[in-house]
Amino acid sequence: MASENILEIENLYLNFYTYDGIVKALDGVNLSLKNGEVLGLVGETGCGKSVTSLSTLAMVITPGIIESGKIEFSMGKRKVDILNLRERDLLKIRGRNISMIFQEPRAALNPIYTVENQVTEVFLHHRKEELIKASLAELEDAAKKATGLKRSIYKFYISLYKGMLNNPKSLRLRFISKIPILKRFQNRMKKVARKDIVELLKVLRISDPERVVDMYPHELSGGMAQRVVIAMALACNPLLLIADEPTTNLDVTVQAQILQLIRELMKKFKSSILYVTHDLGVVAQVCDRVAVMYAGNVVEMGDVMTFFKKPLHPYAQSLLESIPRPNEEFVSIPGTVPSLVNPPTGCRFHDRCRYTLEICPRVKPKFVEVEKDHYVACHLYR
Amino acid sequence: MSSKEEVKKSAKTPNLMVKELKFTLKKMRDTPLSLIGLSLVIFFLLICALAPVLAPPKWYDPFRIPSTGTYGREPEPPSAEHLFGTTSYQTDIFYGCIWGTIHAFRLGLVIVITSVVVGLALGLIAGYYGGIVDEILMRFTDIIFAFPSLILIMALVVALQTVTLPFTLTGYTRLDACIIGIVLVGWPGYTRLIRGEVLRVKTEDYVEAAKASGASDLRIIFKHILPNTIYPVIIVASLDFGTIVLLAAALSFLGLGAPGDYADWGQLIYHSMDWVSSGLRYWWTYTFPGLFIMLFCLGWNLLGDAFRDILDPLYRRK
Repeated sequence: MASENILEIENLYLNFYTYDGIVKALDGVNLSLKNGEVLGLVGETGCGKSVTSLSTLAMVITPGIIESGKIEFSMGKRKVDILNLRERDLLKIRGRNISMIFQEPRAALNPIYTVENQVTEVFLHHRKEELIKASLAELEDAAKKATGLKRSIYKFYISLYKGMLNNPKSLRLRFISKIPILKRFQNRMKKVARKDIVELLKVLRISDPERVVDMYPHELSGGMAQRVVIAMALACNPLLLIADEPTTNLDVTVQAQILQLIRELMKKFKSSILYVTHDLGVVAQVCDRVAVMYAGNVVEMGDVMTFFKKPLHPYAQSLLESIPRPNEEFVSIPGTVPSLVNPPTGCRFHDRCRYTLEICPRVKPKFVEVEKDHYVACHLYR
Repeated sequence: MSSKEEVKKSAKTPNLMVKELKFTLKKMRDTPLSLIGLSLVIFFLLICALAPVLAPPKWYDPFRIPSTGTYGREPEPPSAEHLFGTTSYQTDIFYGCIWGTIHAFRLGLVIVITSVVVGLALGLIAGYYGGIVDEILMRFTDIIFAFPSLILIMALVVALQTVTLPFTLTGYTRLDACIIGIVLVGWPGYTRLIRGEVLRVKTEDYVEAAKASGASDLRIIFKHILPNTIYPVIIVASLDFGTIVLLAAALSFLGLGAPGDYADWGQLIYHSMDWVSSGLRYWWTYTFPGLFIMLFCLGWNLLGDAFRDILDPLYRRK
């Protein structure tokens, strides 16, 4: 695949070791995300969408283990395999280069901190240097105007901030930042961050951002909370944004606003987005390309327009047919979603497929490019 | 930042705090029991502060109760010289009660703080990391819970009294053994409590979100998990404060705690054991120390309940 891909997942296998047996949650997932595009990841509940997106941050929910596979993420010119990184390097990538928007916005905010505190934390964690430089400039300005004692306090602060730039782990700084009154020198930095946060909230079209930054999560409406979560995710201009069903719990009008916002922000911040959802309507509205998952496999991946016009995989075809339409009888896919403890052999969809071939239960189909940029995992297209 | 914005912010933050503080005070006023608890605890704190005035110490160690030490004489009833009367060996009950208050606070503070710190640390580790560490720690707490606590404490105290420690907390090996024994049996309660809370909070989305935004384990534990799990611990700790003093008194009563003439309520009750059998004739020997213990425990229990009403967000807004 071409080098313009920002994210490439190859043959990702992930199992959950539970009391009921080994749940083979991801069975060779292949996915690629181009620079600057929105890729929709669709599929029904439990097919592995969320697990795939969490794996991109090398975060696995406890009984799960990533068995094999490769997740290649390109940061500028450098390519890294997320799964081979040390925890320390991962901490730098999470939030800075790849960030995530969660499904339930109010649950994703810590109830005991105000909006300002929550977003500041991300700021201080990833953009400390910029903040220090900005506050240093402010302090030097203030020091010129001030006189007497105030001036010497400013001078002291300036020396501290310079210390933070040059030698952030010096004994003096660590000591001072632990002592209740003295540690207030950091407030200047937080003030600068606050200004940035207000700006960011304005971009996200929150009315009266000055007031909202002082609010606690329970005071926010669902839409506002989701915008704050998006603000946190965008705080560091990430290269890749993973949105895990960001609009599922919002009502339709707010959903539309948030969707529009995501589109705009993508253009503004030049991020790529992996948009996880089960709503094909949303996919049609926001995404450039779409990947369909079924029982731990990506079965089809292609351009949104071609996908909706001519879906190739039988599951994708049935999925599109089963969208309810007025004045028409509702069509559903026969059978049930297979248990992932004992998944069907070969193609995992063969027992519900209308074109089952003799080869289907025996051999797992390869994920191949059938047309240009249109990948399918099905024996019908070989 | 313009000065206007600065004014706006500085005006806003204290307002919120003042509002919450006022609400807290109102909440306290609405529950008279919590006021009683608070005033009892404040009353005992005052006694502590005024102890050198109320009962000036006569010996080098203020915790040793002055007595004439005459053997075989009967306890003297309350008089101007001995406000609460005297007990065996002519030890002054008033002096014992007053300095016993300081001793009670000291015991409570040392034991509660140590067990909370140990319990919190181990509970956070067990809950957050899970796996084999969790398994080992929790089975260990199970072992401690399997014994009747008083019996286990007694066994530990007897064993510890024979050990010479490199440090001393009170100046008396027997008392140190008492404190360490109660801590050793007390921490598992906090560990279990905090572990359960951590397990609840750990799966919350905001912890996952913090992780996804690059927060390290230590940062998640201290910034996100601890502040959301600490409240039940504060409540239980304040309830335990009274219980621990009661327990220490029980140990002294059983002859395992403070030495003979030490200002300890349990010790005074132990002295009065010889005089209980003659009915109400020597009523002062057991009434005054008993009253002190009872009011102290009552105060902390009511205060603990008040803490729950005030701190627990579920009860707070009811």
